[in-house]
Amino acid sequence: MIEPLLDPLVWLILLPLAWAVLAFVLGPGRGAWPAIASLATQCWLAFDLAQKVGAGGVANHVVGGWSAPLGIDLAVDGLSASMLLLTQAVALLLAIYARSYFKSDDPAGTWFWPLMGFLISSLNALFVSADLFNLYVTLELVGLAAVGLVAAGGGAQQMAAALRYLFATLVGSGAYLLGVALIYGAYGTVSIATLLPLVTDDAPRLVWIAGGLMVTGLMLKTALFPFHFWLPPAHGGAPAPVSALLSALVVKASFYLVLRLWLGPLQTVLPAFAWLLAMLGAAAIFWGSWQAIRAVKLKRLIAYSTVAQLGYLFLIFPLLAAHGALEAGVMQIFAHGMAKAGMFAAAGVLIKATGQDTVAGLAGAVERLPVTMFAFGLAGITLMGLPPSSGFLAKWLIIEAALAQGHWIIAVVVLAGGLLAAVYVLRVLRQAFLLTPASATLTPVPRMLEWSAFALAAASVLLGLRGVELMQLLGAMA
Amino acid sequence: MSTGFIFALTGAILFAAGVAGMILIGHLLRRILAFNLMGSGAFLVLVGLAQRQDVVDPVPQAMVLTGIVVAVAATALALALVRKLHALTGQFELPDDVDD
Repeated sequence: MIEPLLDPLVWLILLPLAWAVLAFVLGPGRGAWPAIASLATQCWLAFDLAQKVGAGGVANHVVGGWSAPLGIDLAVDGLSASMLLLTQAVALLLAIYARSYFKSDDPAGTWFWPLMGFLISSLNALFVSADLFNLYVTLELVGLAAVGLVAAGGGAQQMAAALRYLFATLVGSGAYLLGVALIYGAYGTVSIATLLPLVTDDAPRLVWIAGGLMVTGLMLKTALFPFHFWLPPAHGGAPAPVSALLSALVVKASFYLVLRLWLGPLQTVLPAFAWLLAMLGAAAIFWGSWQAIRAVKLKRLIAYSTVAQLGYLFLIFPLLAAHGALEAGVMQIFAHGMAKAGMFAAAGVLIKATGQDTVAGLAGAVERLPVTMFAFGLAGITLMGLPPSSGFLAKWLIIEAALAQGHWIIAVVVLAGGLLAAVYVLRVLRQAFLLTPASATLTPVPRMLEWSAFALAAASVLLGLRGVELMQLLGAMA
Repeated sequence: MSTGFIFALTGAILFAAGVAGMILIGHLLRRILAFNLMGSGAFLVLVGLAQRQDVVDPVPQAMVLTGIVVAVAATALALALVRKLHALTGQFELPDDVDD
């Protein structure tokens, strides 16, 4: 009787919802401590779940005892468990960061805590959903919470960025929903497990259209080139903790969904699009890096770097038929998730200290803010893919899989992308190592702010040493 | 041609019209209306395609109800943002993305 109540799966959705509502009731700008305490618990729950899944395969939960099709089934396999783990870990560190970042009278932080809670809750719900329609609902919830966070700044630029993001995300999930409708029309079910044996090689044309619609919609939401237009203003214009949440976690949610469809119900249909996605991914790497190299503003630079780093994720699709590519993709999700959260967090400290959001304004930052610049550098090492970082591991796995299958062109793209990343990261570091101009005044920043950014960046490097455990977890696939 | 198929076909046309509206129209209120048209199109496809031999299938209806709730929430958020943008800039169109 009591057993369903003890399922960590449910609490991963309920806890953030609870602290979000609590933070809303407490009033503007409040609710940091419940969030941090609960996120620490969620980390433990996700870790516990990952261990269970790693040992025994798949965890299931039937919500309220009502089974599908009218009820909702939840399921966790290795892929979902690793996404849950990443989400809770990054969110916890960013919550600690955000508590010091938003002063009590900062209008940008007014509704940060409730919105962050809703975002984390819907992300967790997305990762544990076991049917295509529930995935649609959670995808939409993630989008709405994320748009709310972008708008939280309150200025005209932020409103415009939020609206642009909202329309992009609505068209994306609309296309996904139409795909779901077509699949239900063809098979009469949306359960991933039931669809798996039904969708065969000779699937009707309707299913191909559905696959195309769903992937296109999700590409729009993942900001894959050339659908990236909404990302730089949204991620570059938001307050630093929001940019970090969006770049590290939100864009990964729609990518997770592509991966889920690809490995699951649509595995006979989607591989036809593999090279198209890989080509767009390669274009994203070059275009995003080029824009990052010539960006004037620091946060724009980091946002364009996200466009580039997301490109790597799509390079794995032509390789997914053989072993190793999935591991490479998830390692890249982890590497980019932590490194980009760390980098945006470090950028937030630099902007607070120098009072301006430009690369040129960073002169002398190394002298005055060594910890933050060290964090920026560590995150940069992961983005460039230098050993022993997790970024190195991810790129190495992609290159290995590409060469094993004779697709050397993918390996070339990965190597070129690493060099381009070095150009824009070193551009920032070079500026920071210049002597401090005599006129510059730096506002002091809380030490906690610097160290939480550092923890994120350091984690992205150190994860490279613990890659084996993550691979083992991924081995527990449904 | 069954009635369900006619519904689905109409839904597909509405969806296409809605997407075209969301991409092409500059006025934000009209864009929000286009989004609702797009959503309704998808719901019509969902209900229409699922009709077999005139037996009513409750599952897509439950899904559409959920979908409507999501669409209402999205519309409300969009309207709130447009109001705020209008209060700040006096315009119902998106300003150009000023940066680099």
